[in-house]
Amino acid sequence: MTAFDVAIVGAGPAGLSAAIAAAEAGGRVAVVDENRVPGGRLLGQLHQESKDSWWIGQKVAAGLGERAAAAGVELFCGREVWGMHPGWFLALDGGDTISAPHVVLASGAAERAMPIPGWTLPGVMTVGAAQTLTNFYRVRPGQRIAVVGVDPLSLTVAHELKMAGADVVGIFLPPLSKLSGQGGHPGHNLGYLSGLASLAPNAFLRAAAGLVRNPVARKAAARLYPESGVPVLGVPLKLKQSITAIEGDERVRAVEVTDIDAQGRPKGRTRLLEVDCVCLSGGLYPVQELTGGCAAARIDELGGQVPLHSEEMETTLKNVFVAGNVTGIEGAKVAMAQGTVAGLAVAARLGLAEPARLRDAIASVDDVRRTSPITFLPNVGEGRRKAGELWAAAGTHQQAEAQAWA
Amino acid sequence: MQRLTEHPVLGPLGGQPISFEFDGIVYPAIEGDSVASALLACGIRTLRRSKQAGEPRGIYCGIGHCYECRVTVDGKSSVRACITPVADGMVVKPGPAPAEARP
Repeated sequence: MTAFDVAIVGAGPAGLSAAIAAAEAGGRVAVVDENRVPGGRLLGQLHQESKDSWWIGQKVAAGLGERAAAAGVELFCGREVWGMHPGWFLALDGGDTISAPHVVLASGAAERAMPIPGWTLPGVMTVGAAQTLTNFYRVRPGQRIAVVGVDPLSLTVAHELKMAGADVVGIFLPPLSKLSGQGGHPGHNLGYLSGLASLAPNAFLRAAAGLVRNPVARKAAARLYPESGVPVLGVPLKLKQSITAIEGDERVRAVEVTDIDAQGRPKGRTRLLEVDCVCLSGGLYPVQELTGGCAAARIDELGGQVPLHSEEMETTLKNVFVAGNVTGIEGAKVAMAQGTVAGLAVAARLGLAEPARLRDAIASVDDVRRTSPITFLPNVGEGRRKAGELWAAAGTHQQAEAQAWA
Repeated sequence: MQRLTEHPVLGPLGGQPISFEFDGIVYPAIEGDSVASALLACGIRTLRRSKQAGEPRGIYCGIGHCYECRVTVDGKSSVRACITPVADGMVVKPGPAPAEARP
């Protein structure tokens, strides 16, 4: 058993930022991540922030990793956390245990499944997988690619695939279903895209959002939107076609394209379009495998079930903190700001950080959120407000803790 | 070839060439590759077959969450190809090791 002041789960932007804040203050810090390469979702990220500045996630990840190492953070990469027990003890693969009085859970996000027929064929993958393969590992996931699902991540990845020389045949809607919800509805997607206009992190998203700026025109737009799609920086945005099946025996050979009306209903006409790769985007959700003991709520504006937490990022379990996408789906910069808060909160508990520094860090989370160039969910501010109210309603820390364990 | 040796923003690709074995065949890779990325660069998409129906499976989530890409690496069964760095001389077999071959 190895003892630390704080054990952090997840070496993405939130976990590494928490580690840096706690370790630079003088704390003994362990970080565990199942990936052998630290960085989490940062590894694949690549988007233009301004005319001559790119957010290159892998460089940000390398910088955070170096700073954490310089501060004496012990990285347990390629290790899995399978359980967490009060005190706190983290059970790792192979029977090892890490003990620490404080824990920061920064387990991030995963992508929702989109189980359309044929989705298990080799060549079908999530947009997140395609992003990391293309930008980090530098392997094009296919030559002719169909993207399914319209959201900031899928639009960004479609553009990245195009930049990497792939022929992106289109961004299509998922079939209308209980599972895809509004995602299969052309009118909903037009409204959603228009909401991204001011938030768009790159020229591609701005162009997509600009299609439908005028809310009055949106309803008509859904009806009049051409079936052939509208090209956005060379990638056809096919809001009037859905992918209803993926075909192939040993690997993806084609997608079944179905024309849909303004309400997303199939018009009966389908055709096969040859592709060798399909990238599915069902949206991100916060990963809660380790937060089971914390009081939580389902807040759709934040992407699903999230643990309730204080401004200092502490959950209803004393000395268990959270940071990053485990608290709701937002960009890497917000995750980093939250991680810094959690790390400083732990340092303050240890008597290693001034309360004023922690207060400044708390204040900066909202500043970063306001100026963030990428917003995955349109009403994240409302989601944070709801989460804050629920936290306040949970009463004192001890009461909430007792409820959580009851 | 699906390898991106040049990229308009990220520039040229670095990394030392190495080689490893998959299903008895030697393939090239670049230091820093995952097992999954190295195989994909060589056009290999099928990493295992499903136990019941024998259907092909490959990379799905890319972050170690779905366990679809599990392979056997140097005798170790059920290793996730997407988050396992490839190493020079590594011996990879598709899917988990058969039960009788496990230690």
